Amino acid sequence: MRVLIPSALQSYTGGPWVEAEGATVGAVLDDLDRRYPGIRFRMVDEQGAIRRHMRIFWRCAMVFDLSTPLAADGELMIVQALSGG
Amino acid sequence: MTDKEANPVLLVATRKGAWLFHGDAARRSWRADGPHFLGHVINHLALDARDGRTLLAAAKTGHLGPTILRSTDLGQTWKEATKPPAFGPATNGLAARSVDHTFWLAPAHASEPGVWYAGTSPQGLFRSADGGDTWTPFSCINDDPRYREWFGTEQDGTPDGPKLHSIIVDPRDPQHLYFAMSGGGVHESTDGGQSFAPLVDGMAVVEGFDPGNIGFHDPHCMRLCPGNPDRLYQQNHCGIYRLDRPDTRWRRIGATMPQDVGDIGFPLVVHPRDDRVAWVLPMDASDVWPRTSPGGRPAVHVTRDGGDSWERQDQGMPREQAWWTVKRQAMCADRADAVGLYFGTTSGELWFSRDEGAHWDVLARHLPEIYAVEIAYPR
Repeated sequence: MRVLIPSALQSYTGGPWVEAEGATVGAVLDDLDRRYPGIRFRMVDEQGAIRRHMRIFWRCAMVFDLSTPLAADGELMIVQALSGG
Repeated sequence: MTDKEANPVLLVATRKGAWLFHGDAARRSWRADGPHFLGHVINHLALDARDGRTLLAAAKTGHLGPTILRSTDLGQTWKEATKPPAFGPATNGLAARSVDHTFWLAPAHASEPGVWYAGTSPQGLFRSADGGDTWTPFSCINDDPRYREWFGTEQDGTPDGPKLHSIIVDPRDPQHLYFAMSGGGVHESTDGGQSFAPLVDGMAVVEGFDPGNIGFHDPHCMRLCPGNPDRLYQQNHCGIYRLDRPDTRWRRIGATMPQDVGDIGFPLVVHPRDDRVAWVLPMDASDVWPRTSPGGRPAVHVTRDGGDSWERQDQGMPREQAWWTVKRQAMCADRADAVGLYFGTTSGELWFSRDEGAHWDVLARHLPEIYAVEIAYPR
């Protein structure tokens, strides 16, 4: 599936849209990490929690659980919630 | 070439990136190299004095998790650590924790090339054996129930999180380690970090609290004297201290500071050879703790007699309306003769003295909020 990468993480991917595979959000992030080593830890902490300022959308709905199932025909959108100065 | 003859490089970590300032041998001109990682929060930059080339940066952004960035060509190219510091799963019935940021980076003993230690927020101790590429939790403290109690909660720590800092390796013995925590006291290991014990006797805590509770102790910055590794100095939330080993009781030496300045602050640096000499940069700790220069008149204070007396050093600094704050890791001393001193302010000014604090000048202005300043001698 296509995955939208926020600008803060495009130093890993080289661009905003990449391909990744997986049956759940967590599996897609694991696959992204295989393709772009280190990228997952910037989004998900060592206890499996999505980091505070990361937002993940699947079919226009925000996802909070990495076990959320995905279909192969959608787009996963990862965005950063800007805050602070 | 000895360190004294090498050209120094100032490593400046800021809230919005890193800068390297390359000095000439006379320390008269400085060339800015940066920003590196513009927009990233860089809590510390440290060069490995053992190889003179491995440079580590503790980084995160407001939106991304923490990581370590590595360079072996003085910042021309960088590579991210394969495995940054991260806590393990929940154990001992304790809550699982996540590293918010790495705060302190320290190369290990000279006999252990490639080994580094890192201190994090929340408080954690980590070790790398491969030059900072992969990190693992180190020692028992991260998941020791007693230490967890002493760590306190995030609300007990500094405004941007409680910190493990001032990781010190005895230059005579790689098994002899110290670290400090804000909050959580000073701790010592004599078995290479397999175990640690508190070292807080003589240290005051906030009035009304029990100094017997290790968690109430708040050392801000601790330094070991290179010229005498048995002597430690400490800037604490509650005063300036000195400890001469094997004694285990800290002596408050800040009581001799001028009353209108006080002995509260964050940074402290020591002379590279003379264990009687140390510098502090006091902050206003009245009522709500502004943590600015007392009276808007910034000054470094030096002791040349181990803390029996202090001398104000403000030649070249503003005489009024200068409300600086200098963070605990944002001041350092070089190894030259005369010793050069450097500090960075939260308002983005980088100051230096080539004559042990007698005269001060601005090295750079208009940087982001400065978090850390270190001197390095690349090879």
